[in-house]
Amino acid sequence: MGTDTIAAIATAMTSSGIGIVRISGDEAVSITDRIFEMKNQKKLEDMPTHTIHYGHIHDGDEVIDEVMVVLMRGPKSYTREDTVEIDCHGGVYVMKRILETVIKYGARPAEPGEFTKRAFLNGRIDLSQAESVIDVINSKNEFALKSSLSQLSGSVSEKIKEIRGNVLHEIAFIESALDDPEHISLDGYPEKLSGIVSDVIKKIDKLLANSDNGKMLKEGISTVIVGKPNAGKSSLLNFLVGEEKAIVTDIAGTTRDVLEEQINLNGILLNIIDTAGIRDTEDVVEKIGVERAKKYLNNADLVIYVVDTSTALDENDHEIMELLKDRHAIVLLNKSDLSPVTTVEDIRKHLDKKMISISAKEQTGMDDLEETIKEMFFSGEVTFNDEVYITNIRHKTSLQEALRSLHLVLQSIADDMPEDFYSIDLMNAYEELGNIIGESVEDDLVNEIFSKFCMGK
Amino acid sequence: MEEKKIPYVEEEYDVVVVGAGHAGCEAALACARLGLETIIFTVSVDSIAMMPCNPNIGGSSKGHLVREIDALGGEMGKNIDKTFIQSKMLNKSKGPAVHSLRAQADKMNYSMEMRKTLQNTDHLTIRQAEVSEIITETTALENGKEIQKMTGVKTFSGAVYHCKAVVLCTGTYLCARCLTGEMITYTGPNGLQAANHLTDSLKEHGIEMFRFKTGTPARIDKRSVDFSKMQEQKGDERVVPFSFTTNPEDVQIDQVSCWLTYTNEKTHEIIRNNLDRSPIYAGIIEGTGPRYCPSIEDKVVKFADKDRHQIFIEPEGINTNEMYVGGMSSSLPEDVQHEMYRTLPGLEHVKIVRNAYAIEYDCINPNQLYATLEFKNIKGLFSGGQFNGSSGYEEAACQGLVAGINAAMSILGKEPLILDRSEAYIGVLIDDLVTKENHEPYRMMTSRAEYRLLLRQDNADLRLSKKGYEIGLISQERYDWICQKEVLIQNEIERVAGVKIGANKEVQALLESYGSIPLNTGTTLTELIRRPELDYEKLAPIDKERPELPYDVVEQVNINIKYDGYIVRQIKQVEHYKKLENKKIAEDFDYDEVPSLRIEARQKLKLYRPLSIGQASRISGVSPADISVLLVYMEQMKYHKGNIK
Repeated sequence: MGTDTIAAIATAMTSSGIGIVRISGDEAVSITDRIFEMKNQKKLEDMPTHTIHYGHIHDGDEVIDEVMVVLMRGPKSYTREDTVEIDCHGGVYVMKRILETVIKYGARPAEPGEFTKRAFLNGRIDLSQAESVIDVINSKNEFALKSSLSQLSGSVSEKIKEIRGNVLHEIAFIESALDDPEHISLDGYPEKLSGIVSDVIKKIDKLLANSDNGKMLKEGISTVIVGKPNAGKSSLLNFLVGEEKAIVTDIAGTTRDVLEEQINLNGILLNIIDTAGIRDTEDVVEKIGVERAKKYLNNADLVIYVVDTSTALDENDHEIMELLKDRHAIVLLNKSDLSPVTTVEDIRKHLDKKMISISAKEQTGMDDLEETIKEMFFSGEVTFNDEVYITNIRHKTSLQEALRSLHLVLQSIADDMPEDFYSIDLMNAYEELGNIIGESVEDDLVNEIFSKFCMGK
Repeated sequence: MEEKKIPYVEEEYDVVVVGAGHAGCEAALACARLGLETIIFTVSVDSIAMMPCNPNIGGSSKGHLVREIDALGGEMGKNIDKTFIQSKMLNKSKGPAVHSLRAQADKMNYSMEMRKTLQNTDHLTIRQAEVSEIITETTALENGKEIQKMTGVKTFSGAVYHCKAVVLCTGTYLCARCLTGEMITYTGPNGLQAANHLTDSLKEHGIEMFRFKTGTPARIDKRSVDFSKMQEQKGDERVVPFSFTTNPEDVQIDQVSCWLTYTNEKTHEIIRNNLDRSPIYAGIIEGTGPRYCPSIEDKVVKFADKDRHQIFIEPEGINTNEMYVGGMSSSLPEDVQHEMYRTLPGLEHVKIVRNAYAIEYDCINPNQLYATLEFKNIKGLFSGGQFNGSSGYEEAACQGLVAGINAAMSILGKEPLILDRSEAYIGVLIDDLVTKENHEPYRMMTSRAEYRLLLRQDNADLRLSKKGYEIGLISQERYDWICQKEVLIQNEIERVAGVKIGANKEVQALLESYGSIPLNTGTTLTELIRRPELDYEKLAPIDKERPELPYDVVEQVNINIKYDGYIVRQIKQVEHYKKLENKKIAEDFDYDEVPSLRIEARQKLKLYRPLSIGQASRISGVSPADISVLLVYMEQMKYHKGNIK
């Protein structure tokens, strides 16, 4: 379809091995040349196809990583377009940084399933695979939508809605004046707009700053701790969060009943999903109800199930175990310092998961837990979806685009351009902001004009 | 079923046009001019091209439509140039994309001139009669499916007119009723006879009908108005014609003024006190009205914080004392109308000639049409104007033109005319009508056009006249001029880019005279033209080699240089847009065959039957993922067919 250049991380976003950032499209090679310094000082542009080159990726003066770059010119590539693959050191940060740089220099983040779609549309994939291509597109989109909306924190989404509302109001005002110049005057308006746009720019700058420190989308393994009251969940959480390795990022200003703690476990990010009551009452199953617990479990990449071995398994435990059957879970047998009533064998009858004996109180067994999580992550048993990263980058790109458009508005005002030019760039900003919260333009403008401004014969 | 009247075959035509308003006239003229035997029906020959509401043509974005109609070979622009009594270019202080012509018409003259044009067009017959039925036959398509096909119409008197295509332009006449307070009359606009039978026949043919409403203010007697209490609104000193074929010298006439006054708290109080007697607020009106053209009672209720509203008093013509009270349409009762109009400065002793009223009428859900304005389910049936759920003379005329052209093209076996959103406001209007959900009478607005910097009223001829020529409505001479104009514009833009301007005394003095910053070093003429305070013409003294060029060429050169940055950006957006637009979907495409389409998308696509992927992507409820799925499937089909060959 399009010949614009797309980029994405082609490997799983784990902290292991090698990561690949893939770029496809007409400008794949020229974009790479802008950020890739080859050891022999040559340009990728001048290299024959299907060759590998060693060098460094840099963003301006900053060197990001030492990489191997694979050049495949179309049509002999997966997408049949010019394709460049940057093999970098695995590691979430590095891959993300390289992808961002590629986008900064001219590519756009690939839509879910877009490489495959291009491969297909360019006749690369066998016809019999058409349906599976369609399925890939569908499932990836579904996930992307889910992750982009559900993971966008409430406050960010509110903020964007508010900014969009401001922008739309101004467009509507300009447009109603253009449509009905005899009723609505734009005298003195440019100065006023200039102030409003500057304010909006400040707000977006702030959002952008937040997108870099992970407050936009929560990246990491989403982890839920479950267990019945008094099983020791809060001691566990306090242990995980309270130690020197924990970074606590309570998101202020949200009205949600769920808080998340982000923990960096030797380079692995865990998002521990904490519910309103978990630390006060330890009453998660009862208080938030099985239904809601289920919801959290379904969205979790990893579940930590805390069992109080000093009491017998009861109905609550059975319910939880039922829920955990096809999830990635670790069972923590807590209170191993007391004489156990419930044993490993008792649980294994119902649930076949990794089990670790701990004493949250004595803080024994915690090293085992850490090791187990790391093992699960590096073996690929537990992953988190890369879409979150990609979505985050998409959001960031949209914010930057919106910002660019708003600066153009200021420029147009400074240049004394006619007012109708302002609304063109304001509209671009409005659309870009809409991309983040999954809202398109549709009839917003016409509705705003009619509801806010009185016009007509 | 028993026939009360004995049907008899009257005559045979290629095209039947139902309705002789602004849409019907354009449709009939287009067909007849293309050599097709055409008959146009009207309930009253005296009401051909009648303007039942405001006495003007054009205005913001509507002026664009008139220019586009003209560039395609339509009549509206020529007709208003012959009959206007005042003209203004709106938004002149703003960018060229939103400049818009608006002319006050002499209503009687407008109608009469159009009637003359119709009468003097070969192959065109005018007939006063009410068409009450459409007649179709069922034919089998290649793929085995059946479709209805137009074969003729029947009038209320029982006469049958066989034809190959029908264009319905029934305006506000279908099952019309007018409301002034408690008084309801079952007539069309202006007391004309309503058409009460056609709706049933259309419904029987499976056409889904909507009911819309609109309204008009009172007409008042000029002699009862005290103009000294109002502000005079004059026309432009130099009038610009609508039609590209009109000689600008011919439109420099003595103009008539309009007058501005305001409502006040007293007016609003009377309205508020009588709201219960308004048919809208009393719930008597069922139809959906337009939000952009609210009645005065709507304005007072919805914008309660505004302490006054502008009211324009506009002449209805030279040979009448009637004046139009722009901004005060109403369906309040007659006694309230008297009271409220008399609160306005200058109208203290006003005499009403005709009451304000609201009118309700039947129209269709336009999603039953292709972008050609042909019904999806009835081959050979086309429609345009308010019948399609739009509002406004200009909106009607352009649809009538497109519907007429496409009726002709289908008979002549030629490619239909579909303008897309990047080519014309007409394209935006029709795409909106047939692709989006339409819940009120649709009015054109510049904000609806995504690429409006390219769709200017000044370049409508450059955009569309070649199409008009291919269709056969634009003469060879006009076509040749367009081609020549393009070359002149291009050459001049290139020449100007090469003109070096040094920082000499003459240049600095000229810059200073326009308050422009003096030059430090040499530059090009292009760079200077881009400065907001300068333009192509102002720089003439320092452009020694400048060739003599017609004004409309100069205008294009200036705009293209001044706004180059924005124009280039929009051209890029258009290229992107065109990629999806150029991926065509066959009319009989079977969405049930596409695996994995979401149910909502499948239903919407089956209902709207878009003609391109681009159009499909604009249907609400069809997501980008659905579009990807569709693309992949279509690619598979194409490949598959290729292999069979």
